[in-house]
Amino acid sequence: MWKLLKIELFKIFKRPRTYISFGAIAAMILIIQLGLKFDGKSYLQLLMSGISDSFYVPYDMILNGYLVAFVILNTLLIQVPLLIALVAGDAVAGEANMGTLRLLVTKPVSRTELMLAKFFASVVYTVLLLIWMALLALCLSMLFFGTNDMLVVRNDVMEQISRNDVLWRYIAAFGYASVALSTVAALAFFLSVFAENSIGPIVSTISIVVVLTILSEMKIPLYDDTVKPYLFTSHMLAWKGFFYSKANGNGQAIAGSVENMPAILRSLGVLLAYMIAFVTSAIIVFRRKDILS
Amino acid sequence: MKKKKWFIILLYFFLCVTGFGQDAASLLQKVKEKLGKINDYRATGIMKTEASFLKVPEANVTIYYKRPDKLKIKNEKGISLVPKGALSISLSNLLKGNYTVIDAGARAVQNDKLKIIKLLPLDENPDIVLSTLYIDANKALVTKAITTTKDNGTYEVDLSYGKYIAYALPDKAVFTFNTKDYKLPEGVTFDYDDGTKKKTKSAVSANKGKVEIDYSSYSINQGLPDGVFK
Amino acid sequence: MSAIKVSNLCKHFNELTAVDGLSFSVNEGDVYGFLGQNGAGKSTTIRMLLTLIEPSDGEIEIFGLNLHSHRKEILRKTGAVIERPDLYKYLTAFENISLFAQMSGIRLSRKELMDRLEQVGLSERAHGKVNTFSLGMKQRLGISIALVNDPQLVVLDEPANGLDPQGIADIRNLILHLSNHEGRTVLVSSHLLSEIELIANRMLIIDHGKKMVEGSVQELFKTPEMIVEFQAVNADKAMTIISESSWQKFFSKRQEDTLTFKLDRKDIPALNNYFVEKEIGVLSIRPVHSLENYFLSLTSSAQHVEAFKN
Repeated sequence: MWKLLKIELFKIFKRPRTYISFGAIAAMILIIQLGLKFDGKSYLQLLMSGISDSFYVPYDMILNGYLVAFVILNTLLIQVPLLIALVAGDAVAGEANMGTLRLLVTKPVSRTELMLAKFFASVVYTVLLLIWMALLALCLSMLFFGTNDMLVVRNDVMEQISRNDVLWRYIAAFGYASVALSTVAALAFFLSVFAENSIGPIVSTISIVVVLTILSEMKIPLYDDTVKPYLFTSHMLAWKGFFYSKANGNGQAIAGSVENMPAILRSLGVLLAYMIAFVTSAIIVFRRKDILS
Repeated sequence: MKKKKWFIILLYFFLCVTGFGQDAASLLQKVKEKLGKINDYRATGIMKTEASFLKVPEANVTIYYKRPDKLKIKNEKGISLVPKGALSISLSNLLKGNYTVIDAGARAVQNDKLKIIKLLPLDENPDIVLSTLYIDANKALVTKAITTTKDNGTYEVDLSYGKYIAYALPDKAVFTFNTKDYKLPEGVTFDYDDGTKKKTKSAVSANKGKVEIDYSSYSINQGLPDGVFK
Repeated sequence: MSAIKVSNLCKHFNELTAVDGLSFSVNEGDVYGFLGQNGAGKSTTIRMLLTLIEPSDGEIEIFGLNLHSHRKEILRKTGAVIERPDLYKYLTAFENISLFAQMSGIRLSRKELMDRLEQVGLSERAHGKVNTFSLGMKQRLGISIALVNDPQLVVLDEPANGLDPQGIADIRNLILHLSNHEGRTVLVSSHLLSEIELIANRMLIIDHGKKMVEGSVQELFKTPEMIVEFQAVNADKAMTIISESSWQKFFSKRQEDTLTFKLDRKDIPALNNYFVEKEIGVLSIRPVHSLENYFLSLTSSAQHVEAFKN
């Protein structure tokens, strides 16, 4: 299994297209950083418009590495599924298209092992992409913008996190995001089993993620309790939950606390359930599939 | 009719200023003198901010003051959002300038007899429209100030004294202010909806905010460079 | 012992029956030719032998073991090139062979792998990306990969497709080498009888998923009836003479100056003599082995007479 995983990773990282994602992420992050460096204040003014009437807002201090990283993650985690799908959607369909799938399947390796190796290779790629993102979005921003307390702007509340209470939240958030994006990888991987070229699964994955995200984000009472809790996209944003602190009786944020840990764990559970369902279905379908490519 | 109304107002003013005004003015003078002993101070304390839309940790803050009206609240280790108008926790800010002093009577609060004085600024275009001071006449200490501003609504300061009572510096200041509605569009924030229905988490009513500063120490009249107020 | 034993193999794709009750066996050491037109069911059968396609019905035994229950064990001793030699184009020849060696569970040193590439004449291009290779080079690399685990059974599906004459000759020699010198069993499919005829000792012909004939090549080609093309100087005159003679019943068709007969092998000289007697110049006499015609010869003559009347 380890040997197969190594082979799959070797194939992924020998492909030029793999590095498109790393390049794209670097470019997007640098663009956002540059933008905020030069015009961060007007962005913050928009963000802080809810409180700037009643408070003196120290924009210079607020625009720090932690906030910039949050802004970047907020923006990027909507685009990254595309990059994940680029590789995970290619896992089976790409081999079918290239004609190498029939060679793979005639090797003395079970189809289940092959599929697991391929999925885990996609997960490794996802995690590496996130580490790359963390390095650029967090570490580089900390370097460029310095560190300070972090303000988290929600639609009905603004949270402040002490600077020494931030880093572990990012680690937890990246950990969570890797599960969320692995779920996208699992979806792309599942769709990949049905296709003979990788465009189909990549486009379908993105379409599904986009449509469901819109459904998740729209405030339609009819969907709120019926559909939304079951969409995996509703749970993909739970990484943000790590940046929401508990408040004490007087409404002060408690350092080191998380507002609703059970909800985050529940979201994590939903994502894992989806992931397992996607991967298991992919394996079942693939085991029965006649390889005609 | 209109004339009559003006007459009554003028009469009221006259009575206030002449009848009780002297008394109020001298009390105010005593307060001012007491405050006048302080050229500058640097105080440390803990600031708690409370508003329905804010979730902010307690902050260790340093408060810098310099005569006549410079005040700065600084969080040396991070960010502190300071409400506009919070500078009135420094009374000398309220007491500067020219105003008409009006005696508005007295009230007993917890065994203390408090004198109520209203200040009407005389400036052409004042930021402060009206200040009401509750003064402990015996100790010449302001325990509460209510200020109505032109732009930032009404705010209140409650002051409690202890260790630094001799300097008329409070151990605790509670600043209550008006807030506007806070709501950002979902599309801007993309929040995580954990499925729980939001409940009002704060005792503060929706449109009121509160900042509480517990002073732990003052260093008084040690001299302060102007740079700290920038 | 049979290297491959297939009984009553069937495969349906929805409505379409691709393989229909096929049974055959390949002996150890055979070069077994598997013939059929495009779409006859060759590829489907081969894919079932390699577990790419799950049979709808029937049994496959390889090396005396049930394929379904001993898949890994059997595949470990099998090598295959299926249709086009598709490989990882973005990897080098060396990376490709190394990767598939590992997947086959084989540990080979760098030098051993280079030797394998050397054997197929690719050592100089070992570190060239496969997308720069010609079809022939890819085919050789594909074969090298198929053989990397020293398989007892080698399955080659249409290995000559798309190759130039030199490439075809190379493949032919390789197959003979694998069989004669290394004692491996080779199953090779083709739609060209001429290819199979030169290398196979036994063969199977299928059509519409069904077995037409199976046996040793020598026997099959020894069938007394065969198709012979006579090229005549004056074809019109030849036609007239034949239609008036007893040879008429052996005649099947005319194409320009070529007359085709279906007749017993030993009658060829007699027919030739008859042309000579009637002063018809014969330019050439050619027995035909093309699969289509071989199929013709296997089907009932009555049908063909019908066809020619139209």
